[in-house]
Amino acid sequence: MDIQPSAGAVGVETVGMTMRFGSFTALDDVSIKVSAGSFHALLGENGAGKSTLVKCMMGFYQPTEGQMLVGSREATIASPRDADRLGLGMVYQHFTLVPSLTGAENLVISRPDVPRIIAWPKERKALAAFMDRMPFKISLDAPVRELAAGEKQKLEIIKQLYLGRRFLVLDEPTSVLTPGEAEELLGLVRGMTERRQLTVLMISHKFHEVTQFADDVSVLRKGKLAGTGRVAELDHKALAAMMIGDQPIAPIDSRRPTPAGAAAVLSVTGLSAKDRSGLKSIRIDDLTVRAGEIVGIAGISGNGQKELLEVLAGQRGREAGEVAVKGEPYGATRAQSRDRHVRFIPEEPLRNACVPRMTVAENIGLRTFDLGPEGRPVTWINSGGLKAHAARLVQQFKVKTASLASPIEALSGGNVQRAVLARELSGEVDLLIVSNPCFGLDFAAVAEIRARIMKARNGGAAVLLMSEDLDELLELSDRILVMAGGQLVYETSIADADVHVIGEHMASRH
Amino acid sequence: MTMSDIGLWSVPLAMLGGAIRVSTPFIFVSLGEAITERSGRINLGLEGTLVFGAMAAYAVAVETGSAWTGVVAAMLAGAGFGLLHAWICSFPKVNDIAVGIALMLFGIGLAFFFGKPYIQPAAPRLPAIPFGAWSDLPQIQAALSINVLFLAGIALAVALWWCFKNTRAGLIVRVVGDSAEAARAMGLNPTTVRLIATAVGGAFAAVGGAYLSLYYPGSWNERLSSGQGLMAVALVIFARWNPLGCLAAALLFGAAGALGPALQSAGVTQGYYLFYAAPYVLTLAIMIATSSPGRALAGAPGELSITR
Repeated sequence: MDIQPSAGAVGVETVGMTMRFGSFTALDDVSIKVSAGSFHALLGENGAGKSTLVKCMMGFYQPTEGQMLVGSREATIASPRDADRLGLGMVYQHFTLVPSLTGAENLVISRPDVPRIIAWPKERKALAAFMDRMPFKISLDAPVRELAAGEKQKLEIIKQLYLGRRFLVLDEPTSVLTPGEAEELLGLVRGMTERRQLTVLMISHKFHEVTQFADDVSVLRKGKLAGTGRVAELDHKALAAMMIGDQPIAPIDSRRPTPAGAAAVLSVTGLSAKDRSGLKSIRIDDLTVRAGEIVGIAGISGNGQKELLEVLAGQRGREAGEVAVKGEPYGATRAQSRDRHVRFIPEEPLRNACVPRMTVAENIGLRTFDLGPEGRPVTWINSGGLKAHAARLVQQFKVKTASLASPIEALSGGNVQRAVLARELSGEVDLLIVSNPCFGLDFAAVAEIRARIMKARNGGAAVLLMSEDLDELLELSDRILVMAGGQLVYETSIADADVHVIGEHMASRH
Repeated sequence: MTMSDIGLWSVPLAMLGGAIRVSTPFIFVSLGEAITERSGRINLGLEGTLVFGAMAAYAVAVETGSAWTGVVAAMLAGAGFGLLHAWICSFPKVNDIAVGIALMLFGIGLAFFFGKPYIQPAAPRLPAIPFGAWSDLPQIQAALSINVLFLAGIALAVALWWCFKNTRAGLIVRVVGDSAEAARAMGLNPTTVRLIATAVGGAFAAVGGAYLSLYYPGSWNERLSSGQGLMAVALVIFARWNPLGCLAAALLFGAAGALGPALQSAGVTQGYYLFYAAPYVLTLAIMIATSSPGRALAGAPGELSITR
């Protein structure tokens, strides 16, 4: 195949797009105009209909009603193949590259007309010529699994351009990138739109990205178009109002000062453990969390934060080092965590903190089901008491569930997280270890969960918070540590925290 | 039979000859399994396919008088078993390992059932090329009398290694084996690709069986296979799913398997039975040496049910 430079940006418009699944209307009369060569942002909460809209545009769904205009001409997109033919492409949130293939192999095999026998010398020359025209520079000879997340994301975009796409949907393209990587990537993409090589529709939930890079913005709420306009004419407040409407948002407590000389609750010294591949280790030389402070750990996913959490939670063995809670060695046994009031809010709560097929009541009772009223172990489980306890917490933490007897896996992500919070934050909490608590949750749930974490801190708990969301860390933490390559490489107090310095350290061990 | 006076040299020589003779079924079965696993499925039924292939090859060779017709018949039967495995596994929530074990027992049982009448008659043997004709020593002549299928196996390993890198079909198999999601996004149908890969893998495994019954040991009976089909699975993991690695590993296993007979022919009369167990000990040792509780297997196709 000759790799032609794409014939230039193309505009895309949806007219009265409506999508119903049975009686549920996922998309209600949405008309969006993305003009040729523009950088258009699509904002909305989870479940607002963003992905339904782009799936309709890409031919994965057939809209119940509505039309598409591509280059001001009416277009029928019955399948992803039709979208390909019109030059419409999408970069998904998860990577669609094949990890064990090299970049070059990934590009060539994605073409619709791969020859039976691939003449690599010729292909390499064509690829080199193509890469010369790209603003991105990455190696095509390494297997994709060895690339950093930012490079993978660039390769995904390169792949779309290699396939001759002129209109690109980017689905939260920066969710796995450092701030530096994200800025570079979006800057390059923006450059391509300015040169009118490409039209971009970017799904995002980060306001600062939208204001910094996008020309136009459309906001969806509950399947309806809540607003649209030039980015220059809208501020964060207006965007937030469009996104969440008038639902109440839990206010976050103001930060009470950490008492001077507060005792160290968690101290980790000289800890080392193997990571998931078994080839690398994480090493934590010294980490202390005192009562009444939130210590945030920033880092790109896969740099050892998960392993650290697993060691602290007892899910992973350690090779060396000491973990102490309130001055005594801590081995993450049930008795120890109960005795010293250690609580966990892990990421992917359904997998790491729940038994998916047990009921809501049973899951809420996992910490206390075998204790009697005086905190002594009991032989016979008081199922009535368990239910009453769960009912109280479900009401207090506003867990929306059909019944206490429904399996917890039937709940939405936000409600599973609320149920876990209810279990972990009730009773005395001296040490709270939290990881990505708000991943994939909507605005109201995020605000509420952050407020609860802050409340626990103000109540005197020591909080260790690992998060891939820098904004979250900046909002909640008293100190921020950066983890890269399995080690803590940087520490800053919140007062001196600078996003760019943190980002540089996050990327330091790639 | 006279022992020539090359003394203990006969042991490595017999091992070389044995490696070449014994390794051929390993080569074919492991290459077949490598193709199947590279597409993201494990076919544990290859032991059954091998035994049934051995029976089919022998029976057809007896009936037609042509050993090569027997090999073709084995390949067809093997492809049939592969298709059956892949077809059952294409249903949702079917475990490929359980299906493989069922098909292994099914293949062996079916082979015994149809193979009863063929235990007595003699079939024509596959031809060998006497590369050792230049030498006067019978040991060298014996060691270098190389079967055509062994050479075919080497060619096949090299060809597969090349194909995985340089052909559309090879890349497609790797894509499907590593990420079914990515394959679907490219418009490929993983089920179809796996169907074909498993069928081809079955056909190769059956060729290994044909070699057993038509060349070495060269007869059909119910104790023909000594677990080659199962050990080939371990061998593929040891070879990190690389066809050239499969070839090398098969030779290593073949040499280990030839240790017992070689010692026996060199006049060692005690304890050589222990060395018959060498390939199995080697399998265990390799599996222990290459495993680890804390990490995933490097190079494993991402879609395999054991690594996913």
